[in-house]
Amino acid sequence: MNRRDFIRYLGAATGGAILVPVGLSGCAVAPTGDKSISRATPARLAYGSPAPRAHANGDGAPRMIVVFLRGAVDGLNVVVPHGDPEYYRARPSIAVARPGEPNGALDLTGYFGLHPALSPLLPYWESGQLAFVHASGSPDGSRSHFEAQDYMETGTPGQHTTRDGWLNRLMGYLPPSESPLQALNVGDATPRILSGHNVVANLQTGRAATRPGLIDQPRMMQAYGPLYEGDDAIAKAYRDGIAARRELMAEINSQEQQMANNGAPLPNGLSMDTARLGRLMRHDPRIRLAFLAVGGWDTHINQGNGTGQLAGRLSPLGAGLATLAHELGPAFNDTVIVVMSEFGRTFRENGNGGTDHGHGNAMWLMGGNLRGGKIYGQWPGLNQAALNEGRDLAITTDFRAVLCALSERHMRIPDRALEKIFPQYAAGSKGVPALFV
Amino acid sequence: MARARCLLTLALLGLLAGQLPAAHAAAPTPAAAPLSEQERALHVLNRLAYGPRPGDLEEVERMGVKRYIDQQLHPERIPLPAQLQASLAALPGLQMTPAQLFVDYGPPSFDKEGSKEEKQAARQRAPRELTPQFHMARLLQATESPRQLEEVMTEFWANHFNVFEGKEWVRYWVGDYEKNAIRPYALGNFRDLLGAVAHHPAMLYYLDNWLSSGAGTRGARGRFKGLNENYARELMELHTLGVDGGYQQADVITLARILSGWTIDVNAMKAGAAPFSFAAQRHDPSPKVFLGKPLAATGYQEGEAALDILANHPATARFISTQLVQYFVSDQPDPALVQKLSQTFLSTHGDLRAVLKTLFDSPQFWARSNYQTQFKTPYQFVVSALRASDIPVRNAKPVNGALAQFGMPLYGWLTPEGYKYSQAAWLNPDALLRRINFAGNLVNGKSPIARPEGEAPPSNADARPVDAQQLLRTLGPAVAPQTAAKILAAPENVQAGLILGSPDFMKR
Repeated sequence: MNRRDFIRYLGAATGGAILVPVGLSGCAVAPTGDKSISRATPARLAYGSPAPRAHANGDGAPRMIVVFLRGAVDGLNVVVPHGDPEYYRARPSIAVARPGEPNGALDLTGYFGLHPALSPLLPYWESGQLAFVHASGSPDGSRSHFEAQDYMETGTPGQHTTRDGWLNRLMGYLPPSESPLQALNVGDATPRILSGHNVVANLQTGRAATRPGLIDQPRMMQAYGPLYEGDDAIAKAYRDGIAARRELMAEINSQEQQMANNGAPLPNGLSMDTARLGRLMRHDPRIRLAFLAVGGWDTHINQGNGTGQLAGRLSPLGAGLATLAHELGPAFNDTVIVVMSEFGRTFRENGNGGTDHGHGNAMWLMGGNLRGGKIYGQWPGLNQAALNEGRDLAITTDFRAVLCALSERHMRIPDRALEKIFPQYAAGSKGVPALFV
Repeated sequence: MARARCLLTLALLGLLAGQLPAAHAAAPTPAAAPLSEQERALHVLNRLAYGPRPGDLEEVERMGVKRYIDQQLHPERIPLPAQLQASLAALPGLQMTPAQLFVDYGPPSFDKEGSKEEKQAARQRAPRELTPQFHMARLLQATESPRQLEEVMTEFWANHFNVFEGKEWVRYWVGDYEKNAIRPYALGNFRDLLGAVAHHPAMLYYLDNWLSSGAGTRGARGRFKGLNENYARELMELHTLGVDGGYQQADVITLARILSGWTIDVNAMKAGAAPFSFAAQRHDPSPKVFLGKPLAATGYQEGEAALDILANHPATARFISTQLVQYFVSDQPDPALVQKLSQTFLSTHGDLRAVLKTLFDSPQFWARSNYQTQFKTPYQFVVSALRASDIPVRNAKPVNGALAQFGMPLYGWLTPEGYKYSQAAWLNPDALLRRINFAGNLVNGKSPIARPEGEAPPSNADARPVDAQQLLRTLGPAVAPQTAAKILAAPENVQAGLILGSPDFMKR
C-alpha cells in the first residue's frame, strides 16, 4: 500500500473525515480529558454551527482560508497556560486570570484556557471544530515584523529571494479550473502569500466591496472589450479580471440584496468581510482558497489582560471567525481556517505593561471536519531553561509542518508538490515530528 | 461632428481621411524594420523618461534622439523650472537635516511626561507631516522635472538600495536619503553612490548595522551587544555582487566585522551633528581576510576598503549591468549586452554615465523586438498617465493610494530587495482592472490629485476633462492606429480614459 492509498484507506475507515489528526507528538500537560467527543455516533450535518457533531460529510471541494494576524499576536494570552504558576509570575499585570475569576480564561484542558474575549469560539472547541497548535512558528529567529511575515508568506524562512507566496504556489496544484475565482484575497493589494503567477481575485473590504467601479458599468465594459480582444497576456489578464469581477459583484450584490430584503442588518467591521467571504465560498465551490489579514497586534505597551487593548482586538476577531464559520454553512465541513501570526511575544511582560517581539506562538485551526477540541504540538514549558534565549516561548512545531499536513490531508496536494510549495522544508524535514499520522 | 473629429484624428495619425478600415488593413511592420524617427522619439521618452508630456514627442523629434540622450546624461546642464524649484522649496521636511528630523519627529520629541494621547499624537506626526512631503517631492520631480533620466535612475537606485519607510526611524529619513544619498549620484560613480548609501542613517537603521558591534569589544553592551550580519549580507547579495556573486557565509561575517562600529550616534544628533559615526570601541579590531584579500587593521578605513573591493568587483559589474538591461531593454537580458555593459563598468571604475551610454548606443536598445514591449510597473503607469494627461500633482495622497492598490506604494516595499520590474511581477487581472478604473477617474476633470487636500472639487461647469484628441497627439505612436480607431468609436466622454486604460498604454 503506498502512502496515498493509505490516506484514502484511513479516510474510509474514519467515515470520510477529511482531516485525520490522530496521534500527536504529545502534549502531556494538556490532556483533552472528557471533553473529547464521541466519534461513534452517525454524522449530523452541523453546517458551520457549533452544535455537537461527529464527522460531517463534506461533499464539495476542500477549501482553505488563511487569516494572518499582522504585528505578532501574543499567543500566550490567546491560549493561556493558566495551569502554570510561572505564567502568573512572569506577567503580574497582563496575565489572563484563572478560569472562574473575573475576566478569567475560559478553560479548555485544565491547563490551557482561551482568552475570554474569544468566547464566540468556545462552542466550536466544545464541538471539536477548533484546535490549536501551541509553541509553533517559524524556525527563523528574526524578530523583525517585515522579515518574519515575509518568511511565513513565502514559506521559505530565512530566504529573502523567494518572490512568490506558498498559497499561490499551492493554487497551482489544485485541480484545474476555468474559474477566475479560485483564490480570493480580502483586501487591497495582493499580499506576498498570494503573489505569483496563478491568478488571484481581490475582494475589497468593508462597504467598498460592493461599490461598483467604472469598469463595472456596462458601457465601459462594452468600450473596453474591443481594446482587449488580443491573444497576448495583457488581453488575457483583462478578460480573466472581468470574468472574476462580474461573478463577484453579481454574487455579492444578490446576497446582500437578499439579506436586506430579509431585514437582516449587515454586520460591521471584520464580521462584514468574513460574512461576505463565507457566503461567497458557500455558494461557489470553485473558490478554494482565501486570505485575510487583520492588523494591530503589536502590543508593546498597555496590553491589558482579560480586558484592555488586546482583548479589544480579540473580541471582533473571535466574532468575525464565528461569523465566517456560520456563513460558510455546509461548506464549513469542507473548510479549514488557519489563523497565524509572524511570531509570538516575550514571555515576561515589559516595563510598559506590554510584550516585545518574541518567538513561539499558537496557530489556530477551525473546520467542520477538524479533529478539534485539542491542543496540538509539544509543550516546551515556561521555566527559564525551556525558554528560547531565556525570553520567549520555544518553538516545537515548524509552522510548515502544520501547513504541509493541511495541504496534504485536507487540500489533497500530492507529496511531490509539497516539496515545491515548501521547498527548503521538504528538503530538510527529516527529524521534524509529524503532527498528523 | 464626432465623426469629423474622428476623421481628423485619423488624419493626424497619418492615415487617410475617410478610410477607417484602412487602419485594420494596414500591413504589419516587419519585425526587423528599424524604428521610424517618431518611434525612436517615443522610445527614448518611454525608457529614459516617464513617457511624453504634451509637446515632448515633437521636441525630441526636432532635436533628434541622439542630442536628447546626450542632454539627459548630463542633467546638470538642464535647468530646473522655477515653479518646480519653488514647489520643492515649499516642502520644509525636505530642507531639514537628518539630525533635525530626528529631534523634531523622532523618539526624543515624544514627551516622556506626556499623557498617552500626547505621546500618540507625537508618534503620528511623522507619518502625517513628513511622509506626504517626501511622497510629494518624488512625484513632483518624476512628473515635472525635465531631467527625466535622473528621475528614472533615482527611482532605479532607490529601489536597488531599498529602504522601507514603515520601519520605525526610516520614516524620518527617507526623503533625505533619496535627496542626498541617491539623486546626486544617480548618474555618477557607483562607488560614490555605494558610499553615500552606506553612511546614511536610513540604511544603517533599516538593515540594523547601527546596532552591530564586534563580539567582545568594550562598547558591546545593552542593545549594541552583538554582531549583526543583516547589512553585510544584503550589501553583497543585493547591492553589489548578487546572490551568485561567489561570496561565502564566512565573507558575510567578515564584512559584518569590518563594518562593526558603523553606527548612528543618537546623542550627537540631538546636539545637531550628523548621525553617522564610527564607534571605535565597538569595532572588531582583529585581522580580517575579505573575499580572499587580507585587510590591514585600520578601523574605520577597513569599511571603505571593503566598499572599494565590492564596487570594483567583476560580479558587481555583471549584477548591476544585468539589472540595467532588465530595466531599460527587456525582462530577459541579452547576455552579450550585459557583457558589454560590464566591460564599460569595469574599465571606467563604475562610471554610470558611461555604462548607460553604452546601453543607449547598443543595437539591442533600438531593436524593434524591444520597442513597446515592456509592461509598465505601477509607478511607471501612474507617472506616465499624469504626464501624458498633463495633470499636476497637488495632492500626493491619492497618487500613493493608487500605487498602494496596484501593489507598489512609494518607499513601501518591506524587504531589502526592492520591487521587481518584470511583467510577470505586475500583470494580474485585478491590478489591470484597477489601472483601468484609475485611468477613467483621472481624466474626468475632478481628480483629487490635481487639487490640494481639503479643497472642494470643481463644479461640473468648471471641470476640465482631459481632451482625448490632445492625449492622442501627445502619445503619438504609443497608441496603435487600430487601438485609436476603436477608442474613437466609443462615446466621446470616455475616450480619454480608454486611451490611458488601453493595452497600448500599459506598455512602454
